[in-house]
Amino acid sequence: MVTPPLTRRHFCATLALSALAPRAFAEAPPLRLGLTPVFLDDQASFLEAWRIYLTERLQRPVVFVQRGSYREIVELLTQDRIEAAWLCGFPFVKNERRLRLLAVPLFQGKPLYRSYLIVPAGDTRTESLLDLRGKVFAYSDPDSNSGFLYTQHALSQVGERSERFFARTFFTWAHRKVVEAVAVELAQGGAVDGYVWETLKRFYPLVTARTRVLEQSPEFGFPPFVTRVSLPEAEFAALRQVLVAMGGDSEGRELLSQLNLDGFVPGERALFDGIAQMAGRVEKRP
Amino acid sequence: MRYFVRDLSLRYKIPLRVLSLASITAILVTASILFRVYDETRNDLLRHAQSMGRVLANTLVGPLTHDDAWRAFEIINSPFQSEEADRSELAETILVLDGKGQVYVSTRPAQFPMLSDPVRLDPEFAAIREATAGRDGHNPVATAQPGSSRLFVGIPIVSDGARLGTLVMTYTKGPFIPRFIGIAQRAALMTLLALAVLLPIAWYWGNRMAGPLVRLAGCMDQIGPRVPEGLHCDLFESNDEIGRAGASFKRMLKELVEKARLEQEILVTERLAAVGRLSAGIAHEINNPLGGMLNAINTFKRHGSNDPRTLKTLSLLERGLSQIKDTVAALLVEARLESRHPLSRHDIEDTRTLVAAEAAGKGIGLVWDNHIATGLPLPSTLVRQILLNLLLNAIRAAEKQVECQVYRDSRSLTLAVKNDGAHIPDEDMPYLFEPFSRLSRNGHGLGLWITYQITRQLNGGILVESDPGQTRFAVTLPLPEEPCTT
Repeated sequence: MVTPPLTRRHFCATLALSALAPRAFAEAPPLRLGLTPVFLDDQASFLEAWRIYLTERLQRPVVFVQRGSYREIVELLTQDRIEAAWLCGFPFVKNERRLRLLAVPLFQGKPLYRSYLIVPAGDTRTESLLDLRGKVFAYSDPDSNSGFLYTQHALSQVGERSERFFARTFFTWAHRKVVEAVAVELAQGGAVDGYVWETLKRFYPLVTARTRVLEQSPEFGFPPFVTRVSLPEAEFAALRQVLVAMGGDSEGRELLSQLNLDGFVPGERALFDGIAQMAGRVEKRP
Repeated sequence: MRYFVRDLSLRYKIPLRVLSLASITAILVTASILFRVYDETRNDLLRHAQSMGRVLANTLVGPLTHDDAWRAFEIINSPFQSEEADRSELAETILVLDGKGQVYVSTRPAQFPMLSDPVRLDPEFAAIREATAGRDGHNPVATAQPGSSRLFVGIPIVSDGARLGTLVMTYTKGPFIPRFIGIAQRAALMTLLALAVLLPIAWYWGNRMAGPLVRLAGCMDQIGPRVPEGLHCDLFESNDEIGRAGASFKRMLKELVEKARLEQEILVTERLAAVGRLSAGIAHEINNPLGGMLNAINTFKRHGSNDPRTLKTLSLLERGLSQIKDTVAALLVEARLESRHPLSRHDIEDTRTLVAAEAAGKGIGLVWDNHIATGLPLPSTLVRQILLNLLLNAIRAAEKQVECQVYRDSRSLTLAVKNDGAHIPDEDMPYLFEPFSRLSRNGHGLGLWITYQITRQLNGGILVESDPGQTRFAVTLPLPEEPCTT
């Protein structure tokens, strides 16, 4: 990809234009929305289109804030440095008192998803998680449900602990990269968000073809949008309205289709009971 | 094959040698270029590897400190992500070894999984792990196993003096090979072009050089024990070695012919000398009793009886003995008996008068060419006898004409007589001057013998040239040193 050289004047003009575009609501304080790798958060052009969509619908500037780990986004939220975030269910239930459930995406028509246990496609002998004893295993994030917590829980069910069971584990800090790590056989197994794996399969089938789904977890509440508790009710309602209405217009449906989602629903806290129970059991394991 | 090459003509050997020399030169030049390219490629690769390795090693400090294997993998994998990268300068494998020398991460996890021992998977890693083991600095180390097709570059990953691990990059020499093949192909093409240009030049040059030698060799091959008649050698003339060899050969050839002629002449001369000695000895032995017998007859005629029958018998004896005496005298040619009155033009002209009648009688034309104007210090009687003998022989042999030339130069007098009669066959030549020659069809066969003896005694020589239609006798007599008077 060759980009024309960007002179300083050009650069300033570009900045000015993008600042002026939503002229009418330029004065309003921006809505800062934290994003985590619970979805394919590395598609810059899609993110920009989505940001513009939200800006127009909300009638206020929207800024996406991306960080390398869930924990950083949670910190930003609890320190009131961002208004809302798309988080995993696990950090949500952990920090429930300081967060408020905004909306839950609909994946394959339901606000639910699964954790996938994947192995390299070349590995045809491994039949279950227990066959991976003494191997190298990839997690996505220590605060991820599907990419960490579920596996911890599954191991604790058979009286094992990850650090003893596997020879070595590492975090890739993104579900997509867990798939890649398993695809190149850097890890002999990995725990990944089923939604991310399916979306990759849809858009980048070559990567998922190099992995094999060994086990699928029961369904859990889909990674939700949450806000800080201090967010004014009006702003909360406006944001929820825009998200839920996305499935109602063609532009929104186009964006949803790129997200491989069907829409958003307000959602209920009960969706995440399963995750909360698992978290409790894992914490209390011997 | 060996004999074929050895026996090949220089005409082909020289161009072949030129071409093989050109090919050898081309091969040597190409080989030195290839060596140079190999060195440069290797150095380029090492430089590139070391600069990239330093960057990677520095970047890896963070992930290693935080034990972030995925980040480390992404870092070492980043050079492989670029689509446009020159693949020939790209490492084959990059490994990060931890403090224990185990694989921390590698760009080929399937081949070098995490926590594995690289040396057990690939023994060639032992050398580089050894080489980097004791090092604390950031300086890269490169190793190459003899016979291996790979280069290893190792860079310690050091943070604040603490050794965190080692970055190891392996490079194959594989990408060198297409480059070498390309260069070799171009060199081969250029060599073929050069040879195509050189071939006609070498051919021409070989012919120029070998031509004179080939001609000389061809000429020499014709020489057997004898030099053949009419041998013609067209040899190259120059001052170089070939030209000199040709000139020497020509000189040698001339000397060979001359030697053969001299040998023949000596043979004839010696035989004639032997015959001369024999006949002179016999003549002397006969002469003495002969003189006595003639004296006795004389005395008897003067003082003896006058019986007519006895006188008649004695006279018969006397005539017989006289004839013997004449014949013996003819055999005993002795120049010293002759008076030494010098030769004049008139002596020659007198001889013409003597033979003119005989020639006219036989209807033979006599062409006379006398160049002698002044007197010469030669015995006139002997010279006249030689000329007379030659002329009488010539008139006898001639068909229509006899030609006589008498001339002199500063050292000699030449008497040359030519006739147009039947020629003398080559095989008869050696016997021409023998006494009582069987070749003499009329006369007693002593004419040429006498001529030869006189000539020898005057230290002269006789040259006979006889071809069909013309026979020439030339007698050359050396002039004595003392100045002559009239």
